[in-house]
Amino acid sequence: MSAAVTPVRMPRYGMTMTEGAVARWLVTPGETVAAGQDLAEIETTKITNVETAAVAGVLRRAVVEAGRIVPVGTLIGVIADAGVPDAEIDAVVATQSALVDDAADTDAGPVDEVVPVGALSIALRRTPGAGSSDTVPVVLIHGFGGDRDNWMFVETRLAAERPVLALDLPGHGASGTEIGDGTLATLAAAVTGLMDTLNLPRAHLVGHSLGGAVALAAAAARPEAVASLSLLAPVGFGPEIDGTYIAGFLAAERRKDLKDILGRLFADADAVERRMIDDVLRMKRRDGVPEALATIAAALFPDGRQAVDLRADAASLACPVAVVWGEADRIIPIAHTEELPTGFTVTRIAGAGHMPQLEAPAEVVRALRDGFARAGA
Amino acid sequence: MPRKSFRQALNEAMRLEMRRDPRVFVMGEDVAGGKGASGEQDAWGGAFGVTKGLLAEFGPERVRDTPITESAFVGAAAGAAMTGLRPVVEIMFVDFMGVCFDQIFNQAAKFRYMFGGKAVTPMVLRATFGAGTRSASQHSQALYPLFTHIPGLKVVVPSSPYDAKGLLIQAIRDDDPVIFLEHKAMYDDMGEVPDGAYVVPFGEAGVLRDGGDVTIVAYGRMVGRAMEAAARLARDGIEATVVDPRTTSPLDIDTIVETLEETGRLVIVDEAYPRCGMASDIAGIVAEEAFGLLKAPIQKVTPPHAPVPYAPELEAAYIPSVEKIEAAVRKAVGWTR
Repeated sequence: MSAAVTPVRMPRYGMTMTEGAVARWLVTPGETVAAGQDLAEIETTKITNVETAAVAGVLRRAVVEAGRIVPVGTLIGVIADAGVPDAEIDAVVATQSALVDDAADTDAGPVDEVVPVGALSIALRRTPGAGSSDTVPVVLIHGFGGDRDNWMFVETRLAAERPVLALDLPGHGASGTEIGDGTLATLAAAVTGLMDTLNLPRAHLVGHSLGGAVALAAAAARPEAVASLSLLAPVGFGPEIDGTYIAGFLAAERRKDLKDILGRLFADADAVERRMIDDVLRMKRRDGVPEALATIAAALFPDGRQAVDLRADAASLACPVAVVWGEADRIIPIAHTEELPTGFTVTRIAGAGHMPQLEAPAEVVRALRDGFARAGA
Repeated sequence: MPRKSFRQALNEAMRLEMRRDPRVFVMGEDVAGGKGASGEQDAWGGAFGVTKGLLAEFGPERVRDTPITESAFVGAAAGAAMTGLRPVVEIMFVDFMGVCFDQIFNQAAKFRYMFGGKAVTPMVLRATFGAGTRSASQHSQALYPLFTHIPGLKVVVPSSPYDAKGLLIQAIRDDDPVIFLEHKAMYDDMGEVPDGAYVVPFGEAGVLRDGGDVTIVAYGRMVGRAMEAAARLARDGIEATVVDPRTTSPLDIDTIVETLEETGRLVIVDEAYPRCGMASDIAGIVAEEAFGLLKAPIQKVTPPHAPVPYAPELEAAYIPSVEKIEAAVRKAVGWTR
């Protein structure tokens, strides 16, 4: 195979994905693509995502037609220079079509584990990632009602540069349901406690929504442990939040109710697939989880408003802070970016709602990497 | 997430509920003793090893052996439930429930209704069902339709270790009598099961696979076969949605109809006898409520209306196979008016 021929394979977004469908090709065979250009919509059982071209070239073949489900690693298309003869492209298609190659993803070898942190038990997924022994790892902290799978589209991309650790907050995912008073200080102590337990002296903290407030509180309490902060649509920068979302999330017991609620997280409500709804329901049906979530909601979002204001803490931080917000956020208004402390970088993403890491992962990864780079670690 | 067997998932469900609620107790044949040796304790954990180890943790007051008299101990359980305990009763084979129909149909199932809601009967009857183990006609039936027929009973047929644990916890916490049926060929099936307690609610179907061409509805051991058929069909571009209603009563007909809005074709796989079985029942309801969605006649994949044979070749031919499911789907998809 010529070096100018690049196979495009069904990507793996997160560890649980085993197959996916090409929902729609965004480029017609014969068209030229730039590196990073949107190539195809990939539909998983959880959500639909846009896969971008890894290299520049011409999309010579769309091997897998729209609508077909194939295993992760299956050849779905071929990008090559215009000058590569058709016969060579056909040979690549013929030899690679039956081959399922996801070695690139399994190399990283993500590991799920549960770690005791004081009275808590914290579940997490570690992706060893690239870098030397002194590369600062990144710790991903999800939002209210979420779990580590919220990072499925960005985890592997970040691991190309550094180790990635995605945790489940107490009362969420596969972590224990013991959450104490459910305040921000308790949740932040869980994160720093986990870092201590895992012997991580320093990390880039990335937090989404509630997780953003947790990351910020952790940075305020332990500035030496935080190389940089990246906050995606964070809690703590103004009193407004869609309280009916919080209440609806807590109350929803059936698939139908929850689908409507989860749809509000996204600019495109139809992006929510059944598996995502089922996973949230599974979490909510664990003993102790509804009570834990209600405790956190009462502590942080009483009466449908944000009770915690972190703007003063944020202003006194010494580390670089990157803020990312979806312009179509319906949960926490993007207007909260208007009065950020000086020195914060802000990335506003068009066409993304409250979950930019799922709706616009490429842009989010770019913003995160910029943030890490500013810390020089 | 830890992987556990179907058997272990059920054992955990009982163990966690017995820890949580002192009113929960287990009784049945050889659930405490066994093997016939005088005084031998916890030899088997019931005929299929599901209650193994409960005696050591909870003692003989809460893990009780019974004589081989189903009518007596099922009646005792109904009475215990009415007076505030929460019995979980093991009956070796669902086929044996025939000797205690009055206790189940006329007593346990009727208490709430006939006492105007003043009495509840939080009783679980666990039993094995199903063919495939050369156990012959009297130990191989899939009798869940019999119990589904009776108002006042809830009927559960799990298809995976995860569901088995969550559904059994739900059954033990439920205030109505629950018939909980475990396929005897599935006890060693492995799957991801969380360590802690969680519930899977009754009357909510699981959707195991999404596809636009056909809906396959299956219960218990047939779910795995439906999934395999769906995987094979996908190679030919036929995409199936696979629905496991998980409980026959209550029945989540809404989810089935919802998938039909996209697929328009329905194949129902049922290990029970074809007459008055779940396949017939679901086909009838769909024909009545969602006829306009159907693009092809409903296909049923069931055994013949005959007792389960003992001869291995005959038994294998009797049980709905992956090939038969595949053929039924192709028939539905290829049907033209």
